Amino acid sequence: MDISVRRLCKEFDRYPALNGVSLEVGSGELIALLGPSGSGKTTLLRLIAGLEFPTSGSIYFGKEDASQKSVQERNVGFVFQHYALFRHMTVIDNISFGLRVRGRRNRPSDAAIRKRASDLLDLIQLPNVANRFPHQLSGGQRQRVALARALAIEPRVLLLDEPFGALDAKVRKELRRWLRELHERTGHTTIFVTHDQEEAMEMSDRVVVMSQGRIEQVGTPDEIYDRPASPFVFSFIGDSGELAVTIDRGEVFLDGRSLGPLAEGLPDGRARMFLRPHDLEITDDPAGAISGEVATVRRHAATRRIEIAVGEKRQRIEVAVPATRGFVPEGTQTFRPVRCRLFPAN
Amino acid sequence: MVSAVLPKLKEPSVIPGFGTTLGFTLFYLSAIVLIPLGALVLRAAGLGLSEFLTLAGDPRTLAALKLSFLASLAAASINAVFGLLVAWVLVRYDFFGRRLIDAIIDLPFALPTAVAGIALTSLYAPNGWIGGVLEPLGLKVAYTPIGVVVALTFVGLPFVVRTVEPVLRDLDREVEEASATLGAGRLATVTRVVLPALLPALLTGYALALARAIGEYGSVIFIAGNIPYVSEIAPLLIVIRLEEYNYAAATAVAAEMLAIAFLMLLAINLIQAYSRRRFGHAA
Ligand SMILES: Nc1ncnc2c1ncn2[C@@H]1O[C@H](COP(=O)(O)OP(=O)(O)OP(=O)(O)O)[C@@H](O)[C@H]1O
Ligand SMILES: [Mg+2]
Repeated sequence: MDISVRRLCKEFDRYPALNGVSLEVGSGELIALLGPSGSGKTTLLRLIAGLEFPTSGSIYFGKEDASQKSVQERNVGFVFQHYALFRHMTVIDNISFGLRVRGRRNRPSDAAIRKRASDLLDLIQLPNVANRFPHQLSGGQRQRVALARALAIEPRVLLLDEPFGALDAKVRKELRRWLRELHERTGHTTIFVTHDQEEAMEMSDRVVVMSQGRIEQVGTPDEIYDRPASPFVFSFIGDSGELAVTIDRGEVFLDGRSLGPLAEGLPDGRARMFLRPHDLEITDDPAGAISGEVATVRRHAATRRIEIAVGEKRQRIEVAVPATRGFVPEGTQTFRPVRCRLFPAN
Repeated sequence: MVSAVLPKLKEPSVIPGFGTTLGFTLFYLSAIVLIPLGALVLRAAGLGLSEFLTLAGDPRTLAALKLSFLASLAAASINAVFGLLVAWVLVRYDFFGRRLIDAIIDLPFALPTAVAGIALTSLYAPNGWIGGVLEPLGLKVAYTPIGVVVALTFVGLPFVVRTVEPVLRDLDREVEEASATLGAGRLATVTRVVLPALLPALLTGYALALARAIGEYGSVIFIAGNIPYVSEIAPLLIVIRLEEYNYAAATAVAAEMLAIAFLMLLAINLIQAYSRRRFGHAA
């Protein structure tokens, strides 16, 4: 089922939580909504589910306008951050709930419901917990039960709000891989919210980066990382440093020194230069290089991160060098930008 | 979903002071509850079996006990239903005058019971505001067992409202939303998801309202009319016997009340313990 969100706005007491969001999700896609706290991710997800109604705009499931439908009619699987399991029901009753509450005409037979629930228990790899209560399960197990409960109704789309938010790092990693595999097998159109960019990058086909109730960029993980569409996306995704520069006829100047013709096609004037730690190389050639004083050196997995203070304003940026160099620089060093990204300052 | 485990005897526990608090609880319970009740039981035992049976089996006594307990059960049941509704409205809706209603709920706690009794009587008497309307319909409230139920309902209402309210307020909205996304309509969500979660609190409120109703005296005697065999409650009968200096009969009625009340509250507690375990509330 493909989903089309068109110019969606949502206000809470005149506070705009979503500002004209448009998004196309293809059938069978796994999409991550990524953004800082308060950017409207949960709001967007709840609007798609029908748990909240838009101030304006519409939502289409395939060809039909879902905005007119109640949450019960939309047939979405929703997984809540804190699972929201029914604590007075056993795991198996939780999972079969969605089938049991159906009207008599649509309800499968008792045997069929039991079969479906136990198939789902196999799918979530918890065949032995059927008769336990939610409080007798670990966090990761509860999360999987919540997912099975959502899948039981054969939803048209699967919506997950920070599905791994409350779990420890190791369990998160396992569940991530498991969910990705599950998605490949079942092929549900899936939208999940996260503010862990590693999770978003690793799991999803496409990432939606949100900020302040707007979509900043939609793209594959590669596009988001390598071609950020805005200063916000650049600084939000991955590590980055920023330098204030000026552009004059395509040439970039840092404190009056030329860094070379890096800004072809960009308007003259002040600009913001964004650099990732891996975009800088140590060099001896001062031409077109950035020089700065080494402030700190830290070990970061397989690299060493050198923080340098650049120019009169002592703007700080980070440079990554291979840890194997065994090289601890001191004093002033020069670096050549291999890649960078420029945005006009406003 | 944090489940706390009560420390077992002798097991080392991170919660300090278990021995001290248990000791204090037992002492306190003995001084305030067990010793006076024990004295009552001793006194009753002193009567001798045959005399006790004669006194306890007295038709007027039996009629009074029957009225007391049936009316109390009825009142507590009415309160369970309407108290739940009131709690629901207070928690789930914001409307003009909500605070006022909230404050009014506690009035039966604070009002001297005699005042309540007189007020209710004047309302429900055949010439009162409500009684005047009901009388032509053939429904007599004051000076009948129905009047007893009305008074007991009045005094018991806050118990149910005040025990259910906080639990309902803390109920996770996401659970109801989850139910809705799974296709459950409002009615199914309320009956299958919300009510089971409220059941332990509702039972507590029911037990409290019941206990209060069984022991209630002041508000009932005005509206009941106190006709022997018809609208005379057991606590009143005890007072009457005392006034006749018939301590033996008073003791017998009291002992019977004690036994029945204890059994009823024990039963409710057992149901509650079962439902807590069943419904996964922290044991
Ligand atoms: N029911 C509500 N009433 C009023 N304001 C709300 C409500 N729900 C959300 N908001 C506001 O809307 C904005 C977006 O909230 P939302 O929950 O969608 O953020 P989020 O991106 O999910 O954040 P987080 O990562 O912290 O979960 C926030 O500023 C929040 O305060
Ligand atoms: Mg959120």
